Amino acid sequence: MTPAAGGRLYVVRAGALTTVQDAGRPGWAHLGVGRAGFLDAPAARLANRLVGNPPDTAVLETTLTGCAVRPDRPVVAVVGGAGCRVTVDGRPVAWGAPVRVPAGAVLDAGPAACGVRGYLAFAGGPAPDPVLGSRSADLLSGLGPAPLSEGDELPLGEPASAGPPPHAGPVPWPGAPAELVLPVHPGPRHDWFTGAALRTLLTAVYRVSPHSNRIGLRTEGPPLERSRTGELPSEGMVLGAIQVPPDGRPVVFLNDHPTTGGYPVVGVVPERALAAAARAVPGTPLRFVRA
Amino acid sequence: MSAREAGPGPARVLPGEVRVLPAGPHALLVELADGEHAEAFHAELLRRRERGELPAVREIVPAARTVLIDGIDIGGGAGLGLGNAAGQRAPGARDRLARDLASWRPEPPPREGRAPVEIPVVYDGPDLDEVAALWGVPAGEVAALHSRTAFRVAFCGFAPGFGYLTGLPEPLHVPRRTTPRTRVPAGAVALAGPYTGVYPRPSPGGWQLVGRMPDPGALWDPAREPAALLAPGTPVRFVPVGESGRGAGDVRADP
Repeated sequence: MTPAAGGRLYVVRAGALTTVQDAGRPGWAHLGVGRAGFLDAPAARLANRLVGNPPDTAVLETTLTGCAVRPDRPVVAVVGGAGCRVTVDGRPVAWGAPVRVPAGAVLDAGPAACGVRGYLAFAGGPAPDPVLGSRSADLLSGLGPAPLSEGDELPLGEPASAGPPPHAGPVPWPGAPAELVLPVHPGPRHDWFTGAALRTLLTAVYRVSPHSNRIGLRTEGPPLERSRTGELPSEGMVLGAIQVPPDGRPVVFLNDHPTTGGYPVVGVVPERALAAAARAVPGTPLRFVRA
Repeated sequence: MSAREAGPGPARVLPGEVRVLPAGPHALLVELADGEHAEAFHAELLRRRERGELPAVREIVPAARTVLIDGIDIGGGAGLGLGNAAGQRAPGARDRLARDLASWRPEPPPREGRAPVEIPVVYDGPDLDEVAALWGVPAGEVAALHSRTAFRVAFCGFAPGFGYLTGLPEPLHVPRRTTPRTRVPAGAVALAGPYTGVYPRPSPGGWQLVGRMPDPGALWDPAREPAALLAPGTPVRFVPVGESGRGAGDVRADP
């Protein structure tokens, strides 16, 4: 089978940041290689199921402004995740449901009307060569395919023989949170902060900073005061770690986070709560609550 | 409650002590007195995982004086958000492992064994004179002192393929540069604190540059098995070479 047996996708409009993502590459953190992978895993997996793919097939993850692509073979696609206008060759089609895109037609996922990350799933999926078992782009380490640029070509995989599942009625796509609530397990370094700082973390209203990205959800709000000065030698960091840099504003580590770090981690948000963080637009009120 | 009762802990762990801290519902951060104890603990974890004596874990990440154990009872790739089932399981496995780990007193791993990975170096870095001054030797001596040292990869991080190598005796530890460079070239051989490292790709950096590895592509190649030349525990020696990268010191032909 040649790499192009499943056809190709041409990038017509790359959008602000569109990357190829699958379930990522866990198991390599000891070599300095992070997890990467789709930020809103439930949305990406649902999009895959709706085109008849295994749930962890690669998808395109867009950021706020969508993207447009042109396949060179007919393909069933789903645009899901962040809500947006979807067109095929300029004609409106359904968001969040399977759409047949003819060979050579342009599938355009518009700017997000709600949410941040949109997902474009294609029967067969975009299939650039995997790196360490994953096709995910890791923006921190530079592994995996580079973010898409206009004019790029991506190979498409062979669609699963079964094709898309029969229509199954309304599908519950998660929406963007009006208020983001993140549960926190204290530690490992909560004892580097004052008691007042811990109370602040669990009572104050923060906001999602526009400087958030795939590496971390940055916050605006009251700074957390440390009870201990000095440097923490580099230590391993988990997905969902709430790291507190010298400015005192908590950063929640998302999928492209560094594998080790030297700022103290006051608490950890469990993985299953992070999909909502991927959907929260800048400015969304954010509360941390005790898990 | 969690793996460790709340309250102010000691600032430093005493030699021989093992402090186990929770890092979310599926991870533990084990803190040791120093790098040597962390290395011993890491080696013991790998031995026990090899023998099937650990619960399924996704990552074991050694660092300066800690070892992170992540994805406890989730295991390989399967737990990545797949399930709420896994995600919502009570952290019983984590707490059982935490109690077990707190009682370990692993011995430092034996130093002999594997032949070291040899890294050719042209010792002509821009900070050579400064390092020589800090060491109190002529600049020409830096290569000899550095290449005589038996290094080991204490841990990896910063970038894929970057190892934090220990082995320099304390009098040869040097501070970071006061002003980091905005661009350090790939292959730069650099010192900071107790560590030596080789930059696998160009990046900003604040370490003191003493030389360069002529072929830095060997450090990290995802198409090769293994992808990383330097993994935690790997013994390393630096071999001085001439300008071409094949000088007099390069006597061993590596595959």
